Amino acid sequence: MGMTITEKILAKAANKDVVKPGDNIWVNADVLMTHDVCGPGTIGVFKREFGNDAKVWDKEGVVIIPDHYIFTADEMCHRNVDTLREFVKEQNLPYFYEPGTETYSGVCHVTLPEKGHIRPGEVLFGTDSHTCTHGALGMFATGIGNTDAGFVMGTGKLLIKVPQTIKFVIDGELPTGVTAKDIILKIIGDIGVDGATYCAMEFSGSTIDALSIEERMTICNMAIEAGGKNGIIAPDEKTIEYVKSKTDKEFTIFSSDEDAEYQAVYNYDASKLEAVVALPFSPDNVKAAKDCSDKKLDRSYIGSCTGGKIEDFVMAAELLNGHKVVIDLFIVPATREVEEAINTIKIDGKTLVEIFESTGKAHIAEPSCAACLGGPVDTFGRCNNGEVCISTTNRNFPGRMGGLDSETILASAYTAAASAITGVITDPAQYLKK
Amino acid sequence: MAENIIKGKVFIAGDNIDTDQIIPAQYLALVPTNPEEYKKLGSYALCGLPDSYKTRYVKDNEFETEFPIIIARSNFGCGSSREHAPISLGAAGCKAVIANSFARIFFRNCISTGEVYPIEAADVLADKFNNGDEAEINLTTLTVKNVTSGEEFSIKDLGSVKEVIEAGGIFNFARKNDMI
Ligand code: SF4
Repeated sequence: MGMTITEKILAKAANKDVVKPGDNIWVNADVLMTHDVCGPGTIGVFKREFGNDAKVWDKEGVVIIPDHYIFTADEMCHRNVDTLREFVKEQNLPYFYEPGTETYSGVCHVTLPEKGHIRPGEVLFGTDSHTCTHGALGMFATGIGNTDAGFVMGTGKLLIKVPQTIKFVIDGELPTGVTAKDIILKIIGDIGVDGATYCAMEFSGSTIDALSIEERMTICNMAIEAGGKNGIIAPDEKTIEYVKSKTDKEFTIFSSDEDAEYQAVYNYDASKLEAVVALPFSPDNVKAAKDCSDKKLDRSYIGSCTGGKIEDFVMAAELLNGHKVVIDLFIVPATREVEEAINTIKIDGKTLVEIFESTGKAHIAEPSCAACLGGPVDTFGRCNNGEVCISTTNRNFPGRMGGLDSETILASAYTAAASAITGVITDPAQYLKK
Repeated sequence: MAENIIKGKVFIAGDNIDTDQIIPAQYLALVPTNPEEYKKLGSYALCGLPDSYKTRYVKDNEFETEFPIIIARSNFGCGSSREHAPISLGAAGCKAVIANSFARIFFRNCISTGEVYPIEAADVLADKFNNGDEAEINLTTLTVKNVTSGEEFSIKDLGSVKEVIEAGGIFNFARKNDMI
């Protein structure tokens, strides 16, 4: 019987010919990523278990990307970055994207592929649930806690269970204004926030093939919102070209066998999809944007690992070009590279930043996670006063972007931009048809 | 984590209790391996629950809960990978969470850290208990009794992860098996 791409990668990492769902196997990690929220705790576990003088299993394998609480006056947050800084020095780690220096990058999940840390066929463990993003480049990538991360840091391996795979086949052409974000929100709405618990979510079909690498990342990023262990898309020419432009390291391409076994297969006709939003307080509370025009908004937020990449801002600017907005518009590029891009890419002779500024109510921040997860009270864009915020982020649980009385509505960059123009939830199509 | 009987008052929670409700993001700067901050994390356990929960899990100005057992519905612990979630519960004195299902990373973190027992039940036990009822979980007979009402229910076997829990977490398990 054949194997899925996830099973093949895990078999390789476990030095086995065959693995099957349910097997508990020790796999070798290629990369361990941690950030400022979970890094200090991971280091604490690592030292407690392996001793104060212990060395990480592989210096090249550890990537440290502080991104969550960077631009804040909160002392505890600064202390945590200091802890990372000391550890990097002590261990002489080559990959540290250090706040306050030229190496600072921003959100971990956008930094990882940009800097060549994501390679097809490898295994990535990250102390962040959205580590599943990187399956978009054909690797096995999943989120773990501090204790497991401390274990990987010392040994380079982890005991994991091989997940069953659910396959999502999306074929056809997306209508105007419908994006990767709408595809994944639609899927989460259909299967529910626990619809893929413990499972791998494999995405394929002509629609996925036609998507850019960034859009594929948006889809895999939200696998965790359906409870998935990992999201994955088999690499193609686009993937290979992208990875080669970022790293010289060798990598292995896997794809699922024809006769691989799936727990379930879902088919979607892309031409029937529409712009959707996830209303408070769950990512599976999905409704068509056009049916929610009675929902009044206080702000629109474009940022995060899901919705703060270069193409998200290109989409937002394309839609906002020439328009004024009626609510506050928060712009948070995920990384320095994205920040650079929005200052240089032009539409009709204007940079994206110029287009945002001419909307009249734009607030543009430096790259970081910012208000995507609320954070300290002085965090840029945090909803401190019960605001209703339409956002390109990935979670809308109670209090996710700030106070418990605030509300987050998840949407694509197009929908967040169109809704900023009207002040209510708005289907973007009307602003895009020429 | 070697006890086989867990007794105490229960706290009832709903579906999809996510990690932001268990421990809101503004408290994540606390580092769990630091003993004082560990204790503090306990004081914030479940403080992100909406106001519709009339009883707070941990009272204001206290570090520990009076409810060592949480009975929730499905998908408990969904959301982020923050180990602060099971740790804040454990620090508050929670011993076990019984739910109809758990989110994967939360479940895994409970086992790797040995902070709380994540116990699955087929019946919707949140309907069979009231806040403050006395419960007794028996991990050998796989039952949970509502001492207040006298009713008894079954819970699911932990399966293959039981070995890891019994060893006391991932590090002890690996040492026992000569993996490290
Ligand atoms: S941008 Fe948001 S979802 Fe992404 S890593 Fe940061 S906090 Fe998490």
